[in-house]
Amino acid sequence: MSELTTMTAADLSAALRSKDVSATEVTQAHLDRIAEVDGRVHAFLHVAAEEALAAAEQVDSRRAAGAELGPLAGVPVALKDVFTTIDMPTTAGSRILNQWRPPYDATITTRLRRAGAIILGKTNMDEFAMGSSTENSAFGPTRNPWDLSRVPGGSSGGSAASVAAYEAPLAIGTDTGGSIRQPAAVCGITGMKPTYGGNSRYGLIAFASSLDTPGPLARTVLDAALLQEAISGHDPMDATSIDEAAPPVVAAARQADVAGLRIGVVTELSGEGYQPGVLSRFSQAVELLESLGAKVTEVSCPHFRYALPAYYLIAPSECSSNLARFDAMRYGLRVGDDGTRSAEEVMSLTREAGFGAEVKRRIMLGTYALSSGYYEAYYGKAQQVRTLIARDFEAAFGQVDVLVSPTTPTTAFPLGERTDDPMAMYLADLCTIPSNLAGNAAISVPCGLAPEDGLPVGLQVMTPVLADDRAYRVAAAAEAAFTERWGHPLLASAKGLDGASGLDADDTKGAGR
Amino acid sequence: MTTAPPLVPYAEALERYEPAIGLETHVELGTVTKLFCGCPAQFGGEPNTHVCPVCLGLPGSLPVPSRAAIEFTIRIGLALNCSIAEWCRFARKNYFYPDMPKDFQISQYDEPLCTDGWLDVMVDEGDAEPQHVRVGIERVHLEEDTGKSMHVGGATGRIHGADYSLVDYNRAGIPLVEIVTKPITTAGAFAPAVARTYVAELREVVRSLGVSDVRMEEGSLRCDVNTSLAPRGSGVLGTRTETKNVNSLRSVERAVRSEIERQAAVLDAGGTVALETRHFHEDTGITTSGRSKEEAEDYRYFPEPDLVPLAPPREWVEQIRRSLPELPSVRRERLQAEWQLSDADMAALRNADAFDLVAGTVAAGASPAGARKWWLGELSRRANETGAELAGLAITPDQVARVAELVSSGALNDQLARQVIDGVLAGEGTPDEVVAARGLAVVSDDSALTAAVDEAITANPDVADKIRSGKVAAAGVLVGAVMKATRGQADAGKVRQLILEKLT
Repeated sequence: MSELTTMTAADLSAALRSKDVSATEVTQAHLDRIAEVDGRVHAFLHVAAEEALAAAEQVDSRRAAGAELGPLAGVPVALKDVFTTIDMPTTAGSRILNQWRPPYDATITTRLRRAGAIILGKTNMDEFAMGSSTENSAFGPTRNPWDLSRVPGGSSGGSAASVAAYEAPLAIGTDTGGSIRQPAAVCGITGMKPTYGGNSRYGLIAFASSLDTPGPLARTVLDAALLQEAISGHDPMDATSIDEAAPPVVAAARQADVAGLRIGVVTELSGEGYQPGVLSRFSQAVELLESLGAKVTEVSCPHFRYALPAYYLIAPSECSSNLARFDAMRYGLRVGDDGTRSAEEVMSLTREAGFGAEVKRRIMLGTYALSSGYYEAYYGKAQQVRTLIARDFEAAFGQVDVLVSPTTPTTAFPLGERTDDPMAMYLADLCTIPSNLAGNAAISVPCGLAPEDGLPVGLQVMTPVLADDRAYRVAAAAEAAFTERWGHPLLASAKGLDGASGLDADDTKGAGR
Repeated sequence: MTTAPPLVPYAEALERYEPAIGLETHVELGTVTKLFCGCPAQFGGEPNTHVCPVCLGLPGSLPVPSRAAIEFTIRIGLALNCSIAEWCRFARKNYFYPDMPKDFQISQYDEPLCTDGWLDVMVDEGDAEPQHVRVGIERVHLEEDTGKSMHVGGATGRIHGADYSLVDYNRAGIPLVEIVTKPITTAGAFAPAVARTYVAELREVVRSLGVSDVRMEEGSLRCDVNTSLAPRGSGVLGTRTETKNVNSLRSVERAVRSEIERQAAVLDAGGTVALETRHFHEDTGITTSGRSKEEAEDYRYFPEPDLVPLAPPREWVEQIRRSLPELPSVRRERLQAEWQLSDADMAALRNADAFDLVAGTVAAGASPAGARKWWLGELSRRANETGAELAGLAITPDQVARVAELVSSGALNDQLARQVIDGVLAGEGTPDEVVAARGLAVVSDDSALTAAVDEAITANPDVADKIRSGKVAAAGVLVGAVMKATRGQADAGKVRQLILEKLT
């Protein structure tokens, strides 16, 4: 493995700026790494080698010409296959899009290109971002680089795995109920769900419009901040985009300081159903933050227990409507159009063949919840719960500056373990969903390995709406203290992919204790 | 094939039943762009050329509302005396249809932008006293239009049975305002006339606001008519039908009349009126059954999550209110008084569709009498001859005003003015250009006229003698001769004066 692929985005940026390496070399090194390991990981649905090298060459020639380039110029990034790209197929992990070539770039795509970031390709995901394991992809699952027999989380499992497998230093994901934070946690990397409306959704194929939030995944908190700063800010193409200056997240990640900060541990996000090793690593993380000068208290958010059921009414309701457009009339898959069938029959046959089981399940749930006579009892009630959860956050943030919890109740589970048990699968998002419902920012940062299985555990830091910088500040402080304690980044302990021959992986002493 | 339903003669139906009607009118707004994207909102264009990822509903695309469309809707709401919501939302109406790009329509449901207003109309049926009716407005809301389907093959022109269908998405996303009346229950036998007059008045109001061209034939104003019957004196509302495809003012009236006659027959036979959509047929004047509302789709409305709530600031609403033009009914009353017209004169003007044309001509400087004379006289005759609408003639109120001005200044006489109008209608240019090109001008050069007069006297010695002997009336013959000699370009009064000066 080339050293270029183990460098952080921040270090790559510095090396590129000082012309120690070229964007072409950096890009080629990552393409080589993808060629080496992606057969086993399957993080990518499409690798855009040619386009990436062309973009890298352009960055190199602009830099040679003395152009002033941003920090991400020449730094590779993996893009979740839910964002439209004019030069690559876009599938959202579904057969129904049938390798669709969009005629337009998503705002996130445009901003990445403008920043000079090199888009390596499109990453695997649960179909239409519905799932917590990437097993709902129509194109086969992604595997966890820590242990190839386990899931990488989801729905941004491809993005998380690509970063954890050193195929890309940075990746873009989307988080509707935890789809960035949960895979980041179980892959041992950092993942951020920014404030809803902070990052544009234009060109993001919708799952649940009021919840979908694009965000960064990276191996360090600073790298995540660099990526977020490159993509965030108001977009006139998205009516829900916040028309305010984006929070200064890079500065906050560099500040990395919690002294005097009031941290609240959410009572409702622990206890029964949580893996013991997850709880013990979480407790250690809280102690660590306290040792760094934070004031820790316990805070109750009584309505969080209703977050999961409310989410599974609101998200399917919106998805049942958002996914109606996949009707075979204008693009994507078309089944049964043999001249004898009506448009309605072709729609029906196409949707039958094109959607996977989980997508169909949620479309049916949502259709039911919105039906006349049931709307008030289901969708209406869920919206009321949503308001109560937002009020819980408001009350909590009246007492403390940030809230913390484990990111997920368990570590990465084995492939296939929960595919027949939707409820068990849904529980993976138990801790992450409240922030989607309330729209506030939340980050997941590695906090060690669970003793019982040696797999990564994530610490979730939740902050008020538009206080994204605070989340980065706390996560960066925890990251620095942990890295010092472990003697290396957590990911250096991963053995699943490179084993003894790869990274120096014999040292798990700190992280596993 | 559609079989004609049994009908009860209208007058007889009204003896036993009281009709109630309600109207849902869709107005396509004349904004520059579509409701949620920057595509042009004009009618027409090559199919699928006014489209983009947003109005095609491509995956990932998002709507951003047009401020102009919201302002136009508020204008309509204010003109219809509605309250403007301080906070409201768009909603999704979910149903599958190929001409709807997202398979849901962004509309408004339980939170419309404008509510609870009215529109006053004057129903003038000619043989009865004109009747003032206040039509209650339930709501005015904003939504996006769908694309347009063309079903090829099959007998009905509908999607069922067609060989294939073509869809043009140019119309998809054009802002559409839906105006819904409250039930009108007191119109009695006038119900069809009230329906027609309401739509006509609404059309004038919307046109005066400058927010739509409201052309029924192009579909920028579309009307659905609800009709129900209840036994006289029962005090209840009967089951309604919703008649679609009503594409002219005349059809609005005919559709209500036909439904009253049909529903009376159903009720007379002891049956019940089905809650359904019906289609109006322009050719036969009857309605036929469409989709049953009993098994109607559940649209699963819910608030549109891609848009934030709409909260028009009060200052903005008041600013819009202040910018409203004089409404047509107010304007009509004012101008009738200014022009000193009787109700009958006024009715004649409106029946000839000449009111706005005359107003425009007066505004351009003509006298009310002059403007009325040209539009109701010469121009109405031309329109009749060619089967054109008065407003469709190739002459503008400004041009008519110029013709009237040339006549009143003595530069043209009526005969020449008619030639100028000929020229303008034939596309020869403005009145002044036609005058110049055709060399049309009253001969006012005294020497030229004097020569012509002398010539006429010499050529008609006996007539001249009669005048000399005091028979002044005989001067007409000489005037005619002079006019003939000058090819009509002389001022007849002036000629007469010259002749009399010479001979008396």
